[in-house]
Amino acid sequence: MQNKKQLVTIKGTKEGFVFELDDKHLLTDVIEELEQKLSEDDFAEKNGQHVSVVVKLGFRYIDEEEKETLKRLIERTNRFRIERFDSEVMAKKDVKMLLERTSIKLENKIVRSGQVLDVIGDLLLIGDVNPGGEVRATGNVFILGRLNGVAHAGKNGDEDAVIVASYMNPSQLRIGKYFSRAPDYESEGVYMECGYYDKEKEQILIDRLQVLPYVRNELRNIERRILYG
Amino acid sequence: MGEAIVVTSGKGGVGKSTTTANIGTALALMGKKVCLVDTDIGLRNLDVIMGLENRIIYDIVDVIEGKCRLKQALVNDKRFETLSLLPASQTRDKSAITKEGMIEIVKELKKDFDYIIIDCPAGIEQGFQSAIAGADKAIIVTTPEKTSVRDADRIIGLLEQEEHIERPLLIINRIRNHMMKSGDMLDVDQILQILSIDLLGIVIDSDDVIKASNEGTPVVVNPNNKAAIAYRNIARRILGESVPLQSLEEEKGMLKKVKRFFGLRT
Repeated sequence: MQNKKQLVTIKGTKEGFVFELDDKHLLTDVIEELEQKLSEDDFAEKNGQHVSVVVKLGFRYIDEEEKETLKRLIERTNRFRIERFDSEVMAKKDVKMLLERTSIKLENKIVRSGQVLDVIGDLLLIGDVNPGGEVRATGNVFILGRLNGVAHAGKNGDEDAVIVASYMNPSQLRIGKYFSRAPDYESEGVYMECGYYDKEKEQILIDRLQVLPYVRNELRNIERRILYG
Repeated sequence: MGEAIVVTSGKGGVGKSTTTANIGTALALMGKKVCLVDTDIGLRNLDVIMGLENRIIYDIVDVIEGKCRLKQALVNDKRFETLSLLPASQTRDKSAITKEGMIEIVKELKKDFDYIIIDCPAGIEQGFQSAIAGADKAIIVTTPEKTSVRDADRIIGLLEQEEHIERPLLIINRIRNHMMKSGDMLDVDQILQILSIDLLGIVIDSDDVIKASNEGTPVVVNPNNKAAIAYRNIARRILGESVPLQSLEEEKGMLKKVKRFFGLRT
């Protein structure tokens, strides 16, 4: 044991502890050592606040079950709270999902009456949305064409999503959980405009495209989209 | 081998049966062998418009159920030798015909006829589904009204999912020139902008069409009527000729715009 490289290194930082777990040895060995360390006097249960812990896994991938084991072990003494797991590797399916959520989906078609185009991520539609048709996206909606139907951006609750269209004459705009509808009188559409949710006025506004950089300076905000994907 | 064209609209009452009868008759007039198929089971009209009601012995349901042979059910037209009608049943409903039965019948008819024009029932349910099952091409009929254009849009969306059918073509029926001019009706450009499909023809609203339907003689045999000319032009376009769109009287500006769809920039 003395000769071996330590499998668990515990460091203190301003924010709390960092547990660095070795990624070359068996996870069971690592857990064993972690258990030993945690049972040492230094880490015994003390009164006071929880200390937050970041668990660094290096190049090791752990599944949900293993995560739960580690969490139970570390939080057993009621002293630590795991803030997050840091790993240098991701499972392929997680990466795929992440890519899916943050990518722009290109569609080239006319969304006709009764049809629904539903995508994860941002939607770039080259074509019209006819009256009675509907487009939905978890992210932003960009339409190179006429929007005459319903558009729903940020359908999983993202209020920062925007709707942009070459020609805007929608029957309804929906962003996050908010929606706005066209006036009851017959109205002409407008060209090159965008719709966004204004938090102060608590309503969806339609404005010229030029204002978009001022109200949403970070359109390609990946974290936001991961959150709502 | 013939070609099967389905005439459909989604909305009822826009003139599907009238269009079917007139296009079919016009094609027969030009010497083609044509068979009209009425798939509006339970609400048959096509035989009345053609004036063949009292000659029906068997109908399409009898053919599907094997009660008669296909040839026995065909009714010959009284004016044109090359024109036949496969009538719908009046006593049954839409569930009496199936997609498979329809495909089989159309396949059989294609051997003997140049054109099979299928009159589709209104709606998007089973009747519509079986009517389009055997078709190669589709003609959408719409009137210059919002409701009918909306339904046509829905139908085009459904037809686009059917891989055996080519891009549908549009006929705008019952155009009233003065209302289009005053903006009380959607104009041809507006309709084409929404539906974004190719225009096959426009037909002006005419009292003669109703009169002719009641007499059991399709209006297309009338040599001078504007609607009749429009139907004959549509038939010529189906045959591959490029025929300029009929002028809506003095409306030269619009005609020019519409002509662009046929590449007839003058």
